[in-house]
Amino acid sequence: MSDQIRLKKGLDLPISGAASCEVTGRVAPGLVAVKPTDFRGMVPRLLVKEGDSVQAGTPLFADKQHPAMVFCSPVGGKVCAVVRGDKRKLLEVRVQADEKNAAVKFDVPVVSALARQDAVDFLLKTGLWPCLKQRPYGTVADPEATPKAIFISGINTAPLGADPEYALQGDVNAIQAGIGILGKLTPGGVHLSLPSESFSGSEFHKLTGVTFHQFSGPHPAGNVGVQIAHISPINKGELVWTVDLHHVAVIGRMLLKGVYDTRKRIAVAGPSAVNPSYVEVTAGVCMKDLAPWFGEGNVRVISGDVLTGEAVGREGFLGFYHNQVSVLPEGDYFELFGWINPFRSHKFSVSKTYPAFLRRKKYDMDTNENGGERPFLMNDVYNKMLPMDIYPLYLFKACLAGDLEKMENLGIYEVLEEDVALCEFVCPSKVPIQKIVRDGIELMMKEM
Amino acid sequence: MAKNFFDKIRPAVSEGGKLHWLHSSVDAFETFFFVPDRTTGKGGVHVKDCVDLKRILIVVVMSLVPALLFGIWNLGQQHSIVFGLDWGFWQKVWYGFVKIIPLYLVSYIVGLAIEFTSAQLKGHEVSEGYLVSGFLIPLIVPVDVPLWMLAIAVAFAVIIGKEVFGGTGMNIWNPALLARAFLFFSYPSKMSGDTVWVGGLNKALAGGTPWKGGEVVDALSGATPLSHASLDGLSAAGTSAWNLFLGDIPGAVGETSVIAILIGALLLICTGVASWKIMCSSVVGALCIGWLGTAFGVTDIPAWEQLLMGGFAFGTVFMATDPVTSAQTETGKWIYGFLIGALCITVRLFNPGYPEGMMLAILLMNTFAPLIDHYVVDANVKRRLKRAKTV
Repeated sequence: MSDQIRLKKGLDLPISGAASCEVTGRVAPGLVAVKPTDFRGMVPRLLVKEGDSVQAGTPLFADKQHPAMVFCSPVGGKVCAVVRGDKRKLLEVRVQADEKNAAVKFDVPVVSALARQDAVDFLLKTGLWPCLKQRPYGTVADPEATPKAIFISGINTAPLGADPEYALQGDVNAIQAGIGILGKLTPGGVHLSLPSESFSGSEFHKLTGVTFHQFSGPHPAGNVGVQIAHISPINKGELVWTVDLHHVAVIGRMLLKGVYDTRKRIAVAGPSAVNPSYVEVTAGVCMKDLAPWFGEGNVRVISGDVLTGEAVGREGFLGFYHNQVSVLPEGDYFELFGWINPFRSHKFSVSKTYPAFLRRKKYDMDTNENGGERPFLMNDVYNKMLPMDIYPLYLFKACLAGDLEKMENLGIYEVLEEDVALCEFVCPSKVPIQKIVRDGIELMMKEM
Repeated sequence: MAKNFFDKIRPAVSEGGKLHWLHSSVDAFETFFFVPDRTTGKGGVHVKDCVDLKRILIVVVMSLVPALLFGIWNLGQQHSIVFGLDWGFWQKVWYGFVKIIPLYLVSYIVGLAIEFTSAQLKGHEVSEGYLVSGFLIPLIVPVDVPLWMLAIAVAFAVIIGKEVFGGTGMNIWNPALLARAFLFFSYPSKMSGDTVWVGGLNKALAGGTPWKGGEVVDALSGATPLSHASLDGLSAAGTSAWNLFLGDIPGAVGETSVIAILIGALLLICTGVASWKIMCSSVVGALCIGWLGTAFGVTDIPAWEQLLMGGFAFGTVFMATDPVTSAQTETGKWIYGFLIGALCITVRLFNPGYPEGMMLAILLMNTFAPLIDHYVVDANVKRRLKRAKTV
């Protein structure tokens, strides 16, 4: 029997356009991109040039600090563009798949007989290493380090998020294989969190080689960072690795089939989505291929969820760690006497200064800021959104001040931006909290 | 219509325009009418809660309205009693209205002028914080305070109390209370004593003008019941607990009616704008010391009557709960509120010459709130360090 943890703090965002449990399309491998900017702390060294032929599993770029860490093409075809930004910063490597969509065939070792270093080398060589994320700081895992434990969240509480149970239907064998090799990497074991409500009915609860944990409660209960804080919080000097459940399946497919197979079911959802549902795509898919699911007009296309995702536009690409696309109407309109309106029935608020708490409906949320940026004023709204033993306001202020010692003492090792995203959502002063925490983390990485 | 106006002046005040230096003020007015069209940035959350500071602060202002309305009527009521006038309801209201309007004009004109100027100088948006402070100040000063004094007090509170610390959200002391404290210590003769709390009374006394019903005044003496009670006990003050609860007694405009304040408190607690923890613990603190006072024979006033007197209720509900100057942590709020209540009653019991302790209790605890928070947060830090060591 595994432990059950009930979280009370947090919020399930009542946003309309949740994906219905059906697959309404399969996007054949076409134009995809791998974006070095998805990987924090990694400096890319390009290994291909425009016009090169690649296969699924061919390295496109490597990390300068760890040349063995390669990032592979998810499809077979031609490198059609290398996109650079200011100061020639590498932003995207685009690959156009051809009809053959050839894949590199790797030799698969017997996992049970594998030594730790061989397991590391295998994951590095096959381009699967970037699936491992390291905390503190949320960087790609350091191949030379050994983590305290590996954590996987089998819960997705993010707004409009893809349900792992549905998205990974039929991948249980692959996940089991993936867990096998992950278990080689750490002495602390692999920890998998599942929702308390559906624990015994879940396909995943038959997996072996993992320690189960059950969580229930509103978002961010599904965030792996929140789960770690309740299972085994990260102390100074400790490292843990986290893996997205979809990536465990990708690792498992490599072990079962010997190819880099990144196909996934993503949720395309949101108030502006047409027929919100699941779509089968390849990693790094171009948003152009998903256009039939986007509404007309001025909409924002987000790779990821509406709290933490990245606005990539109608021609952007799906992020490496993202399993959903959210489509929202832009909120660039003026609202006469918005804040004076006693009801404002079309807008949601956690604050009881609006009667939204009396309504049980889903809202067509848009991207309006709903106010101007001010200094922090209210002090009791943030801790209601963070189910961790942390004083969020004090942590944010320490980040703002760039006070390393305070940041460390107040728990910067335990959080990533995604964990405090709800604080930013509810903030009446409209403070960009995720950016503050991101800057704080980057400062820590530079100085420590 | 208003939209057209703002669209027309937008080019002039935007970057490079002739009136660019005015952009803070124009923004302030525009955002008053319209929630702006700004959208969320690329790297943060894409949707945001529709609450903003304007909404929160307007709720605070609304919660003050019952106290203000009652205070307006009460101004006329007290004036008519003392001067023996046979006024009807509307006459009393009109008298109070005419008395209070200049205070509001001075409070807002001086305060907002400073806020706008400082926002312009810094190039910031104008913060809404003063809407509440400006509304509070006329409610807690004597109604006959000379307007120039009020203007100086407001300027002091806003500049020294707020702007030098970085503006709204950064101040240590509640600006409205600071204004009152400034008046109290700078012009004590206008701020305390028996006669300042009834409109027109001081002037009549000074001018030696005879007034009708002099005997009534002798009986009531225009004193706040508090100053009498502290000397002679409540019944000697000629005021019942019911009067205190209702509020038809002399005093600062906003602070007399406990019932009107409770309506405001209810609104603040239901909307979650003010902390019920601070209010509760302040009441508990006051009751504790009040009870100790009676138990040791320091006073005859039952502890619960202390809650109805003077500025206690007003201070607890509207001043102590200011989110900027109160304790920031939930545990800290319990301690902070308790100490405010306890200190207020302690001052009342042991300093007969200065019966109203609420203002100083809150200002003192404003000063110590960061210290309380420091220890609460430090406990969290220690827990984290201990966890690291035991692993």
